[in-house]
Amino acid sequence: MTLLQQALAKGEFTVTAEVAPPKGTDTSEMMENAEFLRDKVHAVNVTDQQSSVMRLGSLASCRLLKEAGFEPVFQLTTRDRNRIALQSDLLSASALGIENVLCLTGDHVSLGDHPQAKPVFELDSVSLLMTAKRLQGGVDLAGNELEGKPTFHLGAVVTPGYEPMELQLLKMERKIKAGAQFFQTQAVYDPELFRRFMEGASDLGVPVMLGFVLLKSAGMARYMNKNVAGVSVPDWIIDEMKKTDDKVATSIKIVVRIIRQMREMCQGLHLMTLGWERHVPAILQEAGINI
Amino acid sequence: MIITKAKPFSEILRSLEGEETIFLVGCSECATVCKTGGEEEVVAMKAHLEQEGKVVSGWVILDPGCNLLEAKKEFRKAKEEIARADSLLVMSCGGGVQIAQEASGKVVHPASNTLFLGTVKRFGHFQEYCSMCGECVLDLTGGLCPATRCPKGLLNGPCGGAKDGKCEVNPDNDCVWIEIYDRLKEIGRLKEFLASPVQVHDYSVNTKPASLVLERNKNRRDNQ
Ligand code: SF4
Ligand code: SF4
Repeated sequence: MTLLQQALAKGEFTVTAEVAPPKGTDTSEMMENAEFLRDKVHAVNVTDQQSSVMRLGSLASCRLLKEAGFEPVFQLTTRDRNRIALQSDLLSASALGIENVLCLTGDHVSLGDHPQAKPVFELDSVSLLMTAKRLQGGVDLAGNELEGKPTFHLGAVVTPGYEPMELQLLKMERKIKAGAQFFQTQAVYDPELFRRFMEGASDLGVPVMLGFVLLKSAGMARYMNKNVAGVSVPDWIIDEMKKTDDKVATSIKIVVRIIRQMREMCQGLHLMTLGWERHVPAILQEAGINI
Repeated sequence: MIITKAKPFSEILRSLEGEETIFLVGCSECATVCKTGGEEEVVAMKAHLEQEGKVVSGWVILDPGCNLLEAKKEFRKAKEEIARADSLLVMSCGGGVQIAQEASGKVVHPASNTLFLGTVKRFGHFQEYCSMCGECVLDLTGGLCPATRCPKGLLNGPCGGAKDGKCEVNPDNDCVWIEIYDRLKEIGRLKEFLASPVQVHDYSVNTKPASLVLERNKNRRDNQ
């Protein structure tokens, strides 16, 4: 059992935050950002070419973090690799001691920095989960037996603010059937919406970690409302961010307030920090979350 | 039908560099509807090339351009014009270009880029509905193709990215998975989809180049 899995199984309020690998080989900033999270979160997600922007690999970064004493969550998308490469990376992850895997489809290549690339998407998040589960059973997707079985703790994502919500819940159910053992959500800022979502999701019996993108400015909030699907930042937050002279303090205040309102509804918190990892300790302290 | 788009004339001219006499080949079917290789476009191409100092030895519209027997038959009728030409400029899909080469033995040049298998929504408006995956799942998805109409080709349900029912990749398009969901609800087949096993496409079906030979009398045998 991974540490993340143990925390969720024990019913602890579980916290993850993400770091992004660099564009290039200089990992110093990523490692510095991770340091802010040490002993503050249960595990650190490592994004896989987030927004389809080519970067250092998630798996290599996970390994570096593990060597530095962190518990990594390997984010794996189906955008860039066919089933041979995906299965191989899953085996590699397990062999390197990286067992938390967040299975994603990924953004389309047209949104990233190599729009000329071939979008692979041979598997999707559901079939990737199914594939990982099969590997754990000692058999690959083609039915061949493995010498040595990998071990995984499989996660997936869900978008509570999706319209129609029922369709997201159906997909969530399909992911669970395929092998998902925990969920991290897309960012949610509306407790009422999250309550409605959790009414449907808690029946499914799999831990859900509330996702949160730290808002750096009113402009960023407006941008997300316009461009990020399933995310809606309420007007009161935008107003507060607009009025303030101290964006960091206000952003933290907002996050803390919302976490307090929503933490009882779910099993954990997933912070998407986008470079603001250094503010995670303050957020968790003010929200009264100690791991 | 096969949707084509004319290459820029400058690119065509570059490909014809060093060649003086050209024979033009059009197609009466898809390329005519796409306005890339019907009679109108072939006649216009002839005028353009002549303006640029080329000699057009003749032209033919094949019915259709992708049929080898048809091409051989028509090329026999135009034997002399073709013999005089340095090359053939073929104004049809890529299949037609290669058939023209096979039937004539001449150097060929494509005048179009071949884009996709399209449906005709209205005159001059083509839409890709099927990408010929070889394992049709339309029965399961309410008659709407996720392999083609979802840019990620997702077979097991939507990504989280649709906004106001529109696709995250191209907001001009509706998210086909929301349409599939609505349709399955409407026809009472959502349960069947949910109960279906995880879908994984078998790409061995798509090994290129694909070919199919109809077995003669197969139907009769099957009926026995
Ligand atoms: S599933 Fe889609 S791409 Fe495949 S044959 Fe059917 S319509 Fe065509
Ligand atoms: S928004 Fe819908 S159509 Fe577009 S990529 Fe996602 S699932 Fe596919």
